[in-house]
Amino acid sequence: MHEFWQQVFSGLAAGSVYASVALALVMIYRSTDLVNFAQGEMAMFSTYIAWTLVNAGMPFWGAFAVTLIVSFVGGMVIERVVIRPVENAPVLAAVVVTIGLLLIFNSVAGWIYTYTVQDFPSPFPDRPLFHALITTRDLGVIAVTLIMLVLLFLFFRFTSTGLAMRAAAQNPASARLCGIRVGRMLAIGWGLAAAIGATAGIMVAPVLFLDPNMMGGVLLYAFAGALLGGITSPVGAVVGGLIVGVTENLVGTYLIASQLKLTVALALIILVLVFRPNGLFGTAIVRRV
Amino acid sequence: MAPILELRSVKAFYGQSEVVHGIDLAVEEGGMTVLLGANGAGKTTTLRAICGMVRSEGEILFAGKRLDRRATEDIAGVGVAHVPEGRGTFIGLTVEENLRLGGYTRPRNAPANMERMYGYFPILAERRRQQGGALSGGEQQMLAIARALMMEPRLLVLDEPSFGLAPRVVEDIFKIVERIKKEERVSVLLVEQNATLALESADHAYLLETGYVVASGSAKALADDPQIRRAYLGY
Repeated sequence: MHEFWQQVFSGLAAGSVYASVALALVMIYRSTDLVNFAQGEMAMFSTYIAWTLVNAGMPFWGAFAVTLIVSFVGGMVIERVVIRPVENAPVLAAVVVTIGLLLIFNSVAGWIYTYTVQDFPSPFPDRPLFHALITTRDLGVIAVTLIMLVLLFLFFRFTSTGLAMRAAAQNPASARLCGIRVGRMLAIGWGLAAAIGATAGIMVAPVLFLDPNMMGGVLLYAFAGALLGGITSPVGAVVGGLIVGVTENLVGTYLIASQLKLTVALALIILVLVFRPNGLFGTAIVRRV
Repeated sequence: MAPILELRSVKAFYGQSEVVHGIDLAVEEGGMTVLLGANGAGKTTTLRAICGMVRSEGEILFAGKRLDRRATEDIAGVGVAHVPEGRGTFIGLTVEENLRLGGYTRPRNAPANMERMYGYFPILAERRRQQGGALSGGEQQMLAIARALMMEPRLLVLDEPSFGLAPRVVEDIFKIVERIKKEERVSVLLVEQNATLALESADHAYLLETGYVVASGSAKALADDPQIRRAYLGY
């Protein structure tokens, strides 16, 4: 039983990383009806920025903060420069653009930093806690994710910009009539998604080690999580990400070889799409005509 | 009195096709003007042209300043509040959030304005925590009007407020619009299918047919015109 709970907790740590990336995917999907396949590679690139700053002697949390700001601005620039021109194009065109971004980020990272696997420092010591149920590192990752989620919730719930972003995602025409700059809201959404992804990348890098392909698997798990939760639901993304993290860990420990864990994500994606396309928390907006 | 809104030979387009063919139109300050006409006459398109939602040619003047070629969100900021066809409710957001969005460009006065709106529409106060989509059609129309008034507009543009509503509800809506016009000192431009009721409330009217103004004048004069009575009022 002890081992089971150990696996659950370490699954929750991995799951919170998936949850973060899933949330970034959902945010962009809700505002632009687009799955951003480059989300993982953007996060990987952000992580390299943090790595560079730490190697240049910056304290970890300072590098973390600077990386978030750079990623936020970078995400906004990507929306303005690359996504905006295909805003009204068929969905497939926009999807191809995000796949193009994925390849570009991957290659540029390889070109600048090489494909050599790098050590990434963890801000948390790796000590067992509570009779080795959980490590301080896993607890730290979960805590950082929770803090981020709470901040995002407060932003969307209580600030006027957050409300305007929700309105712009739901009904852009009506939002414009309220004086809301919808284009700017989309850019802020991409910026936030990039910053959330950066947090996930930095949290997972000490475990996975840093290389340009680090986020490939994470993106797949996150995608499974987002679908499981319902691709339109932020809460669903978080819950789905956590479920995927725990499931992956348990299945890898008890059922199949851990090398086959990624198939869990793929199987989950297929199962959700076949049996419950709206996921667990898919849109349930009350509507009367 | 100078008109608050003036259209000078305005053409409006959907994509490449011209739907409104060079119309002139004015709304007096503090007045209520109604656009009448059959389906497809170009009424909604005219309203959309005013708010920059479709491409237009010609001059659109609001309080003497050009509106044409400005972005929809800027036009909202200068004091034109548009309640669009279908009411534009943010169905997944609460009533209160819908109102907060209306006050987006006037954040300082928003709390006071919201209380005033709850005064006009007590039902919205009761339902402030409910999702916009859960309201009835009449309540959604009230919410849309209240949301527009949160912008402290000088001109309120209403696109078929009676659409899909029971006759009694429509009468209530018109009554409240007339009251709001007086108390909020707002001018009103209205598109309406219910010609009888619209001509009773409005002081000026335009009749559109396939993108042209075919008749205009005081609401009373149009209501008394035998041809218009036969074609649009049905008696």
